[in-house]
Amino acid sequence: MSLELTDVTLTYPDGGARLTALDKVSLTVPAGTLTAVIGPSGSGKSSLLAVAATLITPDSGRVVIAGRDTAGLDRGTLTALRRTTIGTVFQQPNLLPSLTAAEQLQVMAHLDGRSPRKARARALELLASVGLADQAGKRPHQLSGGQRQRINIARALMNDPAVLLVDEPTSALDHERGAAVLDLLTTLTHRRATATVLVTHDRSHLDAVDAVAEVTDGRLTGA
Amino acid sequence: MFVAWKDLRFARGRFALMGTVIVLITVLVGLLSGLTAGLGRENTSAITSLPADHLVFSAPADGGTVSFADSRLSGRSVRGWSQVPGVERAEPLGIATAKAEAGSRTAAVSAFAVGPGSRLAPEAGRIADGRAVLSQQAADDLGVRAGDSVGVGGRTVRVAAVSGAAMYSHTPVIWTSLGDRQKLPGGSGGATVLALTTSGSPDLAAADKRLGTRTVTAAASLEGIGSYSAENGSLQLMRGFLFAISALVIGAFFTVWTIQRSGDVAVLKALGASTGYLLKDALGQAVVLLVLGTGVGTALAAGFGAAVGGAVPFVLDPSTVLVPALVMIALGAVGAALSIRRITSVDPLTALGSVR
Repeated sequence: MSLELTDVTLTYPDGGARLTALDKVSLTVPAGTLTAVIGPSGSGKSSLLAVAATLITPDSGRVVIAGRDTAGLDRGTLTALRRTTIGTVFQQPNLLPSLTAAEQLQVMAHLDGRSPRKARARALELLASVGLADQAGKRPHQLSGGQRQRINIARALMNDPAVLLVDEPTSALDHERGAAVLDLLTTLTHRRATATVLVTHDRSHLDAVDAVAEVTDGRLTGA
Repeated sequence: MFVAWKDLRFARGRFALMGTVIVLITVLVGLLSGLTAGLGRENTSAITSLPADHLVFSAPADGGTVSFADSRLSGRSVRGWSQVPGVERAEPLGIATAKAEAGSRTAAVSAFAVGPGSRLAPEAGRIADGRAVLSQQAADDLGVRAGDSVGVGGRTVRVAAVSGAAMYSHTPVIWTSLGDRQKLPGGSGGATVLALTTSGSPDLAAADKRLGTRTVTAAASLEGIGSYSAENGSLQLMRGFLFAISALVIGAFFTVWTIQRSGDVAVLKALGASTGYLLKDALGQAVVLLVLGTGVGTALAAGFGAAVGGAVPFVLDPSTVLVPALVMIALGAVGAALSIRRITSVDPLTALGSVR
């Protein structure tokens, strides 16, 4: 199960004209591999991620997620796809302040119509896999930035997604913690066989990834 | 309601504050409802307890509304109504306010005069010229019991019985004979209204036209009690404003709350939460808050009503306790629903790359 973007073009209104954010971008991320998408600010990295996350419908091109073409799917189906097939790791942890670390993961099960109580064991298992087994009962304000980011990653994996989309996960972390987070992502990608896209502007971690794609002015210029 | 319950616990200070506002408004609505019903009962119970489905008044001038105070029926009208097809009973009733006295005690009373054998009064068989039946309140106010004498409008009558709790226009009722009524000051006429018991569908409008009267249902006749329509209208207006205020306050709270958590909503949407899920979660949270706040407020109002029930006119029954509570919850839920619908417009895209 992989992620495939084929000739994806995305434009935004810009005054009277349209700004091209993605220009015929094609990218394939096989299952079990981590592909880094790099490029300067404003190059189109976030747009690519938003298209892959089904949050934006491109003007043209195909987006196939785990074998399913997203073209023509209604909003409800795309929402369900995001819930069940796509895991998203936000740039900032974006944790809900009222939930404990374990509940941040349990809520994913609840979104999918499952009992949060029954999902607790899996939430604790995932927290353990990101090294936070002893922090399950703490709320976001009681955790460090690195711990919050690891919960962000664990949450994305809660519903066993085929595709993992990771947006600048190390931008708020120092080099050491950033490297640890990247190691964790690589390990989880290989172990869980997810097709992982890592958007980053930090080239210092590229040794850890399986493939690199560079975006410049909305075009994929190198891989 | 997974997130909603957690929010309620996590932000308990904010929700407690809002809950307290709901409790206080509910207490106010509950007290006002009980008082409105109590005052209404003091105004109308003598009329609402009449065994009649319609009341006949003299036709008001200029097509105005009927009035117990202004109505005077002629003997022709009284006789005419008893012969209208479909009218089983047309019983004359003469209403006048009077001052009653017994020893050193005096009380303002309403004298309800009925004909011989009338079913309108309690213990009607004991009513005759010079013999009256007093409501319990009238007897208490005057300190008399059956067998004693009381002065009503300057005429002395014997208390034939003490029965019932009829009140009219905030005064207790004394049931007298129509003969005595004619001897009261201002009681020169006979009946002021007729109490009808009908069967089938009598042509009341035609009879009204022919006899120069205006017939209304017993319930509608209450508007003819001047003190009731003015008092009840004002109290109902206050109650309506309280309901509207509660809906607005709850709506305002949930508007601010929804704006505050729009970031969380965007994240949940980006993670795959459907809009329906989020709306249900938020509305459920509002209803929990409303039910708890209204429940506590209603219990406090009911407790207060039970404590002061003997001292002030206060009715404590489902219509004054449960109905206002349900209206509060329903209107509050509408206010909250209008506020939280902005969830539908939150863009999940803002969760990507947003700095929070």
